[in-house]
Amino acid sequence: MTFSPELETKFAKMLQSYPPGRERSAVVPMLIYAQDETGYVTDELVEEVARRCGVTSLQVHEVVGYYSMLYRKPRGKYHVQVCTNISCLLVGGEELYHHAEKKLGIGNKQVTADGLFSLEEVECMGACSWAPAIEINYDFHHAVTPEKFDALIDALQKKHS
Amino acid sequence: MTTTAVETVTLTIDGKTIQSPKGTLLIEAARKAGIEIPAFCYYEGYSLQAACRMCLVEVEKAPKLQVGCTLPVAEGMIVHTDSPQVQKARKGTLEFLLTNHPLDCPVCDKGGECELQDMVFRYGAGESRFTEMKLHIDEQQWSPVVFYDAPRCILCYRCIRVCDEGMGVGALGLGNRGASAVILPNKVTGDNQHYLSCDECGACIDICPVGALTSGIYRYQTRPWEMNHVGTICTHCSNGCKTTLGVRNGRIIRGNNRDHSGINGEFLCIKGRYAFDFVEHPERLQSPLKRVGDRFEEIPWSEAIETVAARFSEVKAAGGKFGVIGSNRTTNEENYYLQKFARQGLGTSNIDHQRTGDLTTLLDALQGRGGALATVADVYHAKAVLIVGSDLSQQHPLLAFQARAGVRHHDTRVYTVTPGPVREDKYSARGVIAQPGGEIAALEGLREDLAKEPELVILFGDAIRGDAVRALVRFADSLSIPVKYVCLLDYANSRGAVDMGLTPDLGPGYHPVDRPGLTLDQMLKASDLDVLWIVGANPLRNRALAGENTFVVVQDLFLTETARRADIVLPAASAYEKNGTLTNVCGEVQRVTQAAKVMGTKPDLEIFGLIAREMKINVGIWQWQKMFEEIRKTVRGYNVPLPVVATGGAAQTNPVNGRVPSLIRPEEIRSAGDTLFTSGTTGRYSNVLNAVLESPGRLYSGK
Repeated sequence: MTFSPELETKFAKMLQSYPPGRERSAVVPMLIYAQDETGYVTDELVEEVARRCGVTSLQVHEVVGYYSMLYRKPRGKYHVQVCTNISCLLVGGEELYHHAEKKLGIGNKQVTADGLFSLEEVECMGACSWAPAIEINYDFHHAVTPEKFDALIDALQKKHS
Repeated sequence: MTTTAVETVTLTIDGKTIQSPKGTLLIEAARKAGIEIPAFCYYEGYSLQAACRMCLVEVEKAPKLQVGCTLPVAEGMIVHTDSPQVQKARKGTLEFLLTNHPLDCPVCDKGGECELQDMVFRYGAGESRFTEMKLHIDEQQWSPVVFYDAPRCILCYRCIRVCDEGMGVGALGLGNRGASAVILPNKVTGDNQHYLSCDECGACIDICPVGALTSGIYRYQTRPWEMNHVGTICTHCSNGCKTTLGVRNGRIIRGNNRDHSGINGEFLCIKGRYAFDFVEHPERLQSPLKRVGDRFEEIPWSEAIETVAARFSEVKAAGGKFGVIGSNRTTNEENYYLQKFARQGLGTSNIDHQRTGDLTTLLDALQGRGGALATVADVYHAKAVLIVGSDLSQQHPLLAFQARAGVRHHDTRVYTVTPGPVREDKYSARGVIAQPGGEIAALEGLREDLAKEPELVILFGDAIRGDAVRALVRFADSLSIPVKYVCLLDYANSRGAVDMGLTPDLGPGYHPVDRPGLTLDQMLKASDLDVLWIVGANPLRNRALAGENTFVVVQDLFLTETARRADIVLPAASAYEKNGTLTNVCGEVQRVTQAAKVMGTKPDLEIFGLIAREMKINVGIWQWQKMFEEIRKTVRGYNVPLPVVATGGAAQTNPVNGRVPSLIRPEEIRSAGDTLFTSGTTGRYSNVLNAVLESPGRLYSGK
């Protein structure tokens, strides 16, 4: 399997950045970047990463199972992560999460029928100073209120209607 | 190699002062002093895991409890293994281990021989404080022989380590994390239909301390205490692994190596552990058969024996021509009796068996050397091992396991000269690809490395025969280092067949006979044989018998291609249904003990005896003990210590020391090339061997 030219360049450089014989170190970054292109970790992707890093596919599966940010199922085009860890919780993170469930009509780790959004309740994202925080794909949004959340989602929805 | 004196340290465990070599793990030092530190994940011989926390002990001056399975002993260390704090820790650990454990012990296969049960009984608390729902995950079938019940799993990683380190397969791993962590097989699918692609050896099941991994053959069959456990020797390949057969009501229900007392330690492959099922295959012969026209009719034993004896006597009286083909799987006593029957009873030297390796030339070439034949243990202890012309992991799984264990424990250097990729490539010091016939030339490429080794064990397959064996020995001599040899042979008693003189030119103990008879090929090609007596062999599988009028008597378990040509077929007992001794590929004699009985069959020895009695000739008493006694007295090398054999040990025969004037025909020597999943006739009738996805497997695929 091949990736976009940019990603292929990135991977080629990545494999050079570890000492010889330590290609396996690239397993995690390779998975996370490849996942952005493929949407989720497919069986085919596991085989490919195993081949490129010189490990067995089982070893890659062990890694995939360990890290919660590697997904074995397709996510929405916009993956909405709401933090309910302590700092966010204290300023309405949990309420925000429940609001998100209602707004999107889906539960934790589910995808909307149109495939546009997926929702995940996550632990601390390191944005405690700006709690409650959410992350949509790689973009952080700070001090999110239910109203702000609705506006964000509506804007994204509009972009695709 | 110089050995330095091992430094010892003095420490105190539970008030007992003990001395232990520096670097010893506390758990081992305690065990040697007779103090048990309980543990699940610790397993001698495999890498350390420190996952289960069961072995926590109190070490004075250490701020908290220490992990006994990874802590090396130190001078002046004072250890308490049974203090109130330790007891509390154990109770806590067990309470956690039981958090999601289903406690379905009444139906669990492991119930009664479960380490978790034993530990809870001994160290655990009777009550749990958990009131939460237990996590449940459905049971998965990973292969016909391996089932995984995740909730029972205590995540000790033993299975992962034994598969990776012991078997060299690495088919098991860990999926997920924390409370939802599970063992994963190597074929993970997106739809959760995971499965295994491996050796199907069942080592993971054997090593599992709980009932998380269970065997498709044995599961839900019986309670362990309802079985009789019969320690015997596997009848498949030549490595001679001890397998303990669990027998209930005369049926073999499981095979394992219950007490690790055999030469194989904790090792068994799929054949030794599961492939006993041919014993009760529905096509098993249970009555003598007589040819009537082009079909067979069942006849009583008395009539069968009378018919055979009458024809034998008639041909003998008329000075007719006999041919006798023996087996690679029958016991030493039977082989000895058969050759005696042929030579003395029938007056023929036309006796042979399918040769699977050139042992006789090796013994001749080793003239003047003592102790040049390696034992199974030598393959482990050797500093260097050279494998020539064999896919060892496929064909000789125990020997390959030994070499792997050597690499793991003391950096044995493994060299291979093979016609294709082999599993050993993963850990060998050097591997050379050489086509059959080119092995000896290829060895020159390894000369420099091999000459630097302090010692060497050479294992060679059937490609090395005749003059190539002598060339191999000359090459090894030129290295000027101590060398031991293993001539690789196919089946459970291939070695015993040669030793007992199932050969046309050599009698028992390699004594040359006056007038050598016909070889196996020559017998099949002879059109003037009056009688051909074939015991436990299938030479007509893909060849025809030239003699159209030859009276053929076959003793076998099944109606093989050979048996179909017979005039009389006598249903024989398999090695699991008889007593006697077998000699493994390294010349180690081991005791075979009867585990089951299949109605209508008789052990080959009894069949020989009954025919002899009917013919009114005296070949000897057909009791295995009497015959073994005669073998010990008369066959060179077999004067092995009786107590060793009687108590289930392996006694190496002292082989002859050269001067074997063999008329070997190298072209007749060929291995059947069995893989891990085939085993000649018995393998064809084993449902397990045929059921696994990997069957029949392929040699030199690098697996």
